[in-house]
Amino acid sequence: MALDDIYKEVILDHYKNPRNKREMPDAELSCSRNNPLCGDEITVFVHADGDVVREVSFVGQGCSISQSSASMMTEAVTGRPVADAEALIHDFRQMMAGDLDPSEDEFGELVALKGVVKYPIRVKCAVLAWDVLQEALGGGEGAAAGSAPH
Amino acid sequence: MSVTEERSTGTLDVARVRADFPILSRTVGDKPLVYLDSAATSQKPQQVIDAESEFYANHNANAHRGLYMLAEEATAMYEDSRAKLARFIGAPDPATVVFTRGTTESTNLVAYAWARRSLKEGDEILLTDMEHHSNIVPWQLAAHDTGAVVRYVPLTDDGLLELSDLGSLLTPRTKLFAVTGMSNSLGTLPPLPQLVEAAHAVGALVLVDGAQLVPHVPVDVAELDCDFLTISGHKMLGPTASGGLYARRELLEGMDPFVSGGHMIDEVFHDRSTWNVVPYKFEAGTMNIAQEVGLGAAIDYLEGLGMEAVRAHEEEITAYAIERLLDAGATVYGPTDVGVRGGAVSFWYKDVHPHDLATILNEEGVAIRAGHHCNQLVMRRYGVPATARASFYVYNTNDEVDALVEALVKAEGVFGL
Repeated sequence: MALDDIYKEVILDHYKNPRNKREMPDAELSCSRNNPLCGDEITVFVHADGDVVREVSFVGQGCSISQSSASMMTEAVTGRPVADAEALIHDFRQMMAGDLDPSEDEFGELVALKGVVKYPIRVKCAVLAWDVLQEALGGGEGAAAGSAPH
Repeated sequence: MSVTEERSTGTLDVARVRADFPILSRTVGDKPLVYLDSAATSQKPQQVIDAESEFYANHNANAHRGLYMLAEEATAMYEDSRAKLARFIGAPDPATVVFTRGTTESTNLVAYAWARRSLKEGDEILLTDMEHHSNIVPWQLAAHDTGAVVRYVPLTDDGLLELSDLGSLLTPRTKLFAVTGMSNSLGTLPPLPQLVEAAHAVGALVLVDGAQLVPHVPVDVAELDCDFLTISGHKMLGPTASGGLYARRELLEGMDPFVSGGHMIDEVFHDRSTWNVVPYKFEAGTMNIAQEVGLGAAIDYLEGLGMEAVRAHEEEITAYAIERLLDAGATVYGPTDVGVRGGAVSFWYKDVHPHDLATILNEEGVAIRAGHHCNQLVMRRYGVPATARASFYVYNTNDEVDALVEALVKAEGVFGL
């Protein structure tokens, strides 16, 4: 394993200069979730216009993998039909599970995250934003996972 | 890094200690393993591995049940470990030590068998903001069931307990003060004698979370005068699922059982049962016999080193680590004076997220913890989502601290800082 498998240029670029990292108070859909194992937290905002994802943004804090994945995700789904976005979420998860090996033509910059598959413990970092997006698209209100009674 | 190059620190012969730990001679990729995560779990010396293995190979039987030689041997070895553990923590009576699978189970035992029976609405449980989740959540649940209230001692900016207002937090309403002996993220050693005295003065019992304390600092419960002490075996060179709970005998005798089943009973009738004597009242079902026997070997090992020497070694390596981390530009969370802290050192290195740092350090063979360390109250107090944590034990060397700092510089390179 080499570190440049995971810390590719494009990942570091999205980490240092995240795209669409802002709150969208008027978004129709939003969802927050944290990763209870590591303390990463993320909120995804979706401005949906009928069946089309018009705009997606996120806020939160986390490692370079979770933040760059969120940043790339916002670009990848903007302007797409909701059904396409959901299909991409599915395919992205398949890629991160090592069950799908898309080309750059199919997946664009997102293929940069393929290297994370070799670091199983970090896969959840890459998938976190996508889980939150799916919940938002499904109309989830976005309670933090596993809240305690007090 | 070869064994011969190790610098001996304190009065421990660290090179000799390292030779007892087979895992320390393995590599990660092509790099020697630099294990800096003993606060999560310690590595095991060959003596402990052998003790557990030898039990299975030559003495395995259920304890406190059979009437044949093997069963007698197994029972004697299991009880011998209890006597060792009691002696190790300064408890005069081995019956005051209940075997459990660690601090989490021990805390839950007290939360169920004591707190739910003893607390009522309006009573208070005092915790601190530096508790591990395992010394918070069981009390939240017990408070929920009894109507008691959980309160917290806040922290200073330096990672110490803010005790100036202790008088208003510890009141006659306080029935239990559950406090860590050593913070697993900040490293802080709270002033236990002062806290025990203040709690007893208002009639509160004191539970000391010994997960990080007992492996690293000499402990004497008789002198400390605490009412409960939770003990983790796997953090003190012992096998996983070994550990125990110390409690004053009259408390154990007054408590209801926690887990129920075989062996913890005296007599069973159709409509009721009566309980075995302490500590067996709390040891239902087949226990982790081989693991507790392994813990006995771990105690032998630590006593062979001497806990004063263990503590001195850790003070020295912790001071060196803090100095080097600060020099390298890291932010260290927790006190920097090793007189009031142990060897769990939380830090943030420049702008590298702890997760990224842990992945990059792993490429250099350096194993650290990254995350919230089951200390979300601490993370929130200091405004960070997570920290990186290096933690030290008897086998760590200053050379390994150097390897850590060199790896940090590599991480800086990856992120182009």
